[in-house]
Amino acid sequence: MKAHTIVALVQDRPGVLSRVAGLVRRRGYNIASLAVGHSEQPSISRMTIVVESDHVEQVVKQLYRLIEVIKVSDVTEDPTVEREMVVVKIHAPPAVRHEVVAMCSVFDAKVVDVGSTSMIIEMTGTPSKVENFIEVIRPYGVKEMMRTGRIAMVRGARGHNASEYIESAGGNGVAAPSLN
Amino acid sequence: MSQQRTGAQVMCEALIREGVDVMFGIPGGAIMPFYFAMWEYREQLRHILCRHEQGAGHAAEGYARATGRIGVCIGTSGPGVTNLVTPIADAMMDSTPLLAICGQVGSQVLGKDAFQETDITGITMPITKHNYLVKDANELAYVFKEAIHIATTGRPGPVLIDITKDAMQKVIVPDWDVKLNLPGYKPNYQGNRKQIREALRLLANAKQPLIIAGNGVIMSNATNELRQFAERLSIPVLTTLHGIGSIPENHPLNIGMPGMHGWVHGNRAIQECDVLFNIGGRFDDRVTGKASTFAPNAKVIHVDIDPSEIGKNVKVTVPIVGDAKLVLQALLDDMPEQRDLAALHSYASDWMEHIRELQDKHQGKQQYVNRASTAGMTLPPHDVYAALSNTLNLRGNYHVVTDVGQHQMWAAQLIDWNAGPRTHITSGGAGTMGFAVPASLGVAVGDPNSIVWAICGDGGFQMTNQEMATIIQEGITNIKVAVINNGYLGMVRQWQELFENKRYSGTPLSGPNFAKLAEAYGWKGITVENTADVQAAIDEANATEGPVLVDFRVEREVNVFPMVPQNKSIGEMIVNESEA
Repeated sequence: MKAHTIVALVQDRPGVLSRVAGLVRRRGYNIASLAVGHSEQPSISRMTIVVESDHVEQVVKQLYRLIEVIKVSDVTEDPTVEREMVVVKIHAPPAVRHEVVAMCSVFDAKVVDVGSTSMIIEMTGTPSKVENFIEVIRPYGVKEMMRTGRIAMVRGARGHNASEYIESAGGNGVAAPSLN
Repeated sequence: MSQQRTGAQVMCEALIREGVDVMFGIPGGAIMPFYFAMWEYREQLRHILCRHEQGAGHAAEGYARATGRIGVCIGTSGPGVTNLVTPIADAMMDSTPLLAICGQVGSQVLGKDAFQETDITGITMPITKHNYLVKDANELAYVFKEAIHIATTGRPGPVLIDITKDAMQKVIVPDWDVKLNLPGYKPNYQGNRKQIREALRLLANAKQPLIIAGNGVIMSNATNELRQFAERLSIPVLTTLHGIGSIPENHPLNIGMPGMHGWVHGNRAIQECDVLFNIGGRFDDRVTGKASTFAPNAKVIHVDIDPSEIGKNVKVTVPIVGDAKLVLQALLDDMPEQRDLAALHSYASDWMEHIRELQDKHQGKQQYVNRASTAGMTLPPHDVYAALSNTLNLRGNYHVVTDVGQHQMWAAQLIDWNAGPRTHITSGGAGTMGFAVPASLGVAVGDPNSIVWAICGDGGFQMTNQEMATIIQEGITNIKVAVINNGYLGMVRQWQELFENKRYSGTPLSGPNFAKLAEAYGWKGITVENTADVQAAIDEANATEGPVLVDFRVEREVNVFPMVPQNKSIGEMIVNESEA
């Protein structure tokens, strides 16, 4: 099954994450990663969902059935900037630290903590670069690892701006964004 | 200037503002403030106390299906609202506009496993069109407005509002002028003009076109437009289980119901047609059989208000997203000149003749009612339907509410559905046994001048028959119940007979004397054991000013035919007993 990157703009209301995740699950699709956070508009969040499915069009249509989902795009074939972050704690006694630091500079990774026998490294890049970095660092002994999941943005002028979807923004009578 | 109100008063006023005038429910601890406030508004908001929340939910569904207005049901926190889960799921599957109002424990104990606390918004997330948990009374005016808007527009469906007890009690000054803020909810009503023209082009060049009309036609009140459209193009129309009534059965273009228990000629016509125009139906698996073999020669035009239905089960050539009525109007507006339809019309009579030949050759309604295998039976179920159909159509102004199972399929097959939309009301998508009696309560409230016949099996009837007490308490007189009593969970038994070598595991079923049970509730009860007594019982029920139950003790092991076995092509029907 092919992995698709879906970008969704959603109203920032309580429960929206669980609605999206629940829908993808119960329609039988597998979520490879899901990242969510604020967009440029206070009342709208942006999600990047990587879904494994051969019927991504149905996933997109089903997502649109959710009332709080504003805009959904399958950007898999579009020119995008895709990023993922990994924070990894490795086994690193003093003897290997030089080697690790050298490796980090190749990958633009950053050492953010050093303990007596361990180091924490932070690395951001395209998902494939993150994958490569993990492979290279793995032989040292990974103690803990945390990946954020992919976030994606379409290059150039195209894309979707959250503010387009705010009606009568700033006007009177718009319900409070915190509304349930 | 708005005055101060409690949250519960805001709820009542919000409902009244949205045109609600009747609600079905049961009170309990967490919802008590709403009932306290309801008392003040009792002239405008009628409350019907049901005996079980499931009954309240189905009653609200019946009301919605009969009237086209939103049905409202109420339950308290915990078990009260979990009892509403079945009707909510039912409304989701059948796109019924339903508002479920739930009491929730106080916000200060929310999430602490308080007495009668249940996460009902979590439970109902997959079976509602949308749901809300309201903890702040200031949100109530807006949430009720938005909820009813969502439930009744686009593809209708159930919406649930869960309100904490303290939010109902809090005194606030409501703001009624909040505008809806739904950037992600913009149902498309007008079909795309280009696709509409493309659909007409395909139809005009068809030799064997077919229309399937579904629930969407009924819900958008598009029956006149559908009839005009079919007549202008001379295209035969199949009506799905929920599409029954979208074109009268005695209309020359109506060729009956497709699908698992549709007629052979209807299913054959689907398999042979070259253009299939489906409006307001969702290609349910009970219609398509094995979907990959469905309508193999057809270019499919699918009109649906929900884009996610298009291409979900069947490959579509021309998708049209829109409201059935508006799309049909647009199709009628863009109708080609007569000369451009000459070819289509020239094939029409051959095509129709071919279908009618199939109908005569294979089992249709008449053959089924009169078939040899019923000879010698004291009371074959078909005799009940034949008499009911005649009597109701002579009388007019009726609704038939069916439950789920054999009796439901016989009703769909054997009653002459000539009386238009909203006369046939059933649980289709979810297949909820126990639907009919409580739903008939809602139908009778929604259309008090009609006569409402609930047809149930003895299995489904025993699931929700306590609403007979509600019907008495409310003084409702226009409900009659026919129990098609065969002492089995009949549809399951039929499958066991046909596919499991008659291993009747868990299907033989006993019951009380239903007529006496009805009498205990204050109804009139009649028992019928012979065909000879059927008509008199139906006439007596209709003539009685008050609810009547007729227990038809029918032949026990009769099967519904024709039948498409599950996962088989609709071209492979079992036509009658001898083929089974």
